[in-house]
Amino acid sequence: MKEAVFNYLRLDGRFPHILCAGCGIGTIMKAMVYAFSDLNLPNERICVVSGIGCSSRVPGYLDCDTFHTLHGRAIPCAIGVKLAQPEMKVIVMGGDGDILAIGLSHFIHAARRNIDLTCIIVNNFNYGMTGGQVSPTTPQGSLTLTTPYKNPEREFNILEISKAAGAVFFARSTTYHAQHLKEMIKKAIEKKGFSVVEVISQCPTFFGRVNRIGDGVKMLEYFKEKSVEVKTLPVASRGEKEEKFPEGKIVIGVLYETSAEEFLESYQKNVQGEYEGRG
Amino acid sequence: MAERQLLSGNEACALGALKAGVRFFAGYPITPSTEIAEFMARELPKVGGFFLQMEDEIASINAVIGARAGGLKAMTATSGPGFSLMQEGIGYACMAEVPCLIVNVQRGGPATGLPTKPAQGDVMQARWGTHGDHPSVVLYPDSVAESFFLTVKALNLSEYLRMPVILLMDEIVGHMREVVEISEEVEIYSPKKKKKPKEEYLHYDEDNNYDAEFAHFGEGYKIHISGLTHRPDGFPTNNPEIIAWKMERLKRKVEDNLSLFWGWDMEYLDLGSEVCLVAYGAAARAAREAKVIYEKERKKPIGFLRFRVIWPFPAKRVSLLLRSALKIVVVEMNQGQLGGEVERAVNPDIPVISVNRVDGEMITPEEILDVL
Ligand SMILES: Cc1ncc(C[n+]2csc(CCOP(=O)(O)OP(=O)(O)O)c2C)c(N)n1
Ligand code: SF4
Repeated sequence: MKEAVFNYLRLDGRFPHILCAGCGIGTIMKAMVYAFSDLNLPNERICVVSGIGCSSRVPGYLDCDTFHTLHGRAIPCAIGVKLAQPEMKVIVMGGDGDILAIGLSHFIHAARRNIDLTCIIVNNFNYGMTGGQVSPTTPQGSLTLTTPYKNPEREFNILEISKAAGAVFFARSTTYHAQHLKEMIKKAIEKKGFSVVEVISQCPTFFGRVNRIGDGVKMLEYFKEKSVEVKTLPVASRGEKEEKFPEGKIVIGVLYETSAEEFLESYQKNVQGEYEGRG
Repeated sequence: MAERQLLSGNEACALGALKAGVRFFAGYPITPSTEIAEFMARELPKVGGFFLQMEDEIASINAVIGARAGGLKAMTATSGPGFSLMQEGIGYACMAEVPCLIVNVQRGGPATGLPTKPAQGDVMQARWGTHGDHPSVVLYPDSVAESFFLTVKALNLSEYLRMPVILLMDEIVGHMREVVEISEEVEIYSPKKKKKPKEEYLHYDEDNNYDAEFAHFGEGYKIHISGLTHRPDGFPTNNPEIIAWKMERLKRKVEDNLSLFWGWDMEYLDLGSEVCLVAYGAAARAAREAKVIYEKERKKPIGFLRFRVIWPFPAKRVSLLLRSALKIVVVEMNQGQLGGEVERAVNPDIPVISVNRVDGEMITPEEILDVL
């Protein structure tokens, strides 16, 4: 029997995909389609928007409306789509470089506006597509092709940025935790407002190799070993100390959730209020 | 029914866009274009549209592209520095064949330049600003009334050709007020209804170039839109034949449709005269005045050619129209950007003299008369 998830893949000649053997992005794609399937989303109601990078190639394999935009510009493009098609689930998908370097200002402003988008950030600690250069999430002290003497810069904490900017939902998972990842994506899609899922993913071709972590499987073992689900932590210590990859723990789960009026709702309300006021 | 209104060029542009069906505006304030955004912020919600002030011009052009890909007619307005920031997005709209309108009410440059002073320095940026080979369509009004009409034209051309269209304006025209007749309704081109069943639909089909039946997100066609060079189905390719097909397709959509511009893209008077003035936008207003003074003083006519469309540059017709001139004077508020095109178009034996001004002041009729 054909699995329901195949309904969300373009099987008419798009495969095999271009990702390296052992890359985590395929797992994320799979988690996405399982999430769509679990949520029973009609293909016609989904638009997946990406920028440029390995992670941004995912939409091209999905059987729905897909939008492969410029490097860093997925979020403003997605805002346009969402306002034109408010009934659609608009999902932004991209790399840490795409969304947090060149696209950072769009990211924080979309969070501030609390526009109803789900933003899946593939954090593989480097720029994959351009060949393994430093990214805003490369841990301080790790090696990349443009930090051959070890990265002197501190890495971003995506959770804190998201929270500060006004996102209403933040979850983290890893490519080792495929089932967990799917649940996080589902929760994010169901959440009204700007929701963020950070996925720790392996780029064995560059980050794994250069830092001598090993191949895809080795990196997955690493994620398994280092991860701890936030719910299992004592309440007092939750969110208190984010230890960082590669030395410390990777805290996964729903790390932040709040509620606030969504952009479109407040836009419509204001406009209607104005008319009623004028009589 | 037409209505008489006192409007600025910027307001007329915004009103034209609204009447032509724009329902999405994303922009970032910059003098001297801001009144367009302010007008849209006020008016769009009343017709169920959206106005967004984005975090920058890069976000603006991309939101415009997203909105149009989602089915809303969309535009942005800016000035030089913002226009530069939008270039990558404009190229994306060319490649992905997403219609949209970009208005650039120019200011003096380079860099932050002269925020409240006029200049016509972005003529070449409008043609070649973004990377890669592609045609561009750029309209250029010289009055408030034309700011209205050419905005409507620009939007219709953009939809018909499935590409971004640029409206270049001058600060003088943007901020000047004139009484104009605004028709209640304007002619609006809408993309054709789709005939093919969804399974057979190709977003970049051979017969789906201009005057096309292209789909947008949310209609159930499950389209893939990308800035990568793509096949007819929208997916990326490195096949040299398909790359050539795509590039040819972009070129052809303008080349096949040059007749769309005929009859309105130029204004000309007395071109059989020995001396001919060539200008566009605000500079053409000074040239027109110089013509009046010259004819009164010297008792003989002088030719006048004004462009409403600067790109695609009508080189063949310019060469025909100016073939009997003994002297051509190109008036522009830059260092000779379109003058070069005129010079290339006309018989090399005809001297082409330029009257340029780049100090933020309007060219005067006297300066033009000085070289005649
Ligand atoms: C304006 C611009 N600058 C640079 C590039 C080159 N570029 C392509 S992908 C990329 C970064 C990809 O890294 P990331 O977003 O982390 O995604 P990954 O490939 O790791 O999934 C860069 C810099 C580009 N395409 N456009
Ligand atoms: S370069 Fe890295 S991120 Fe890109 S496909 Fe290969 S393994 Fe994956």
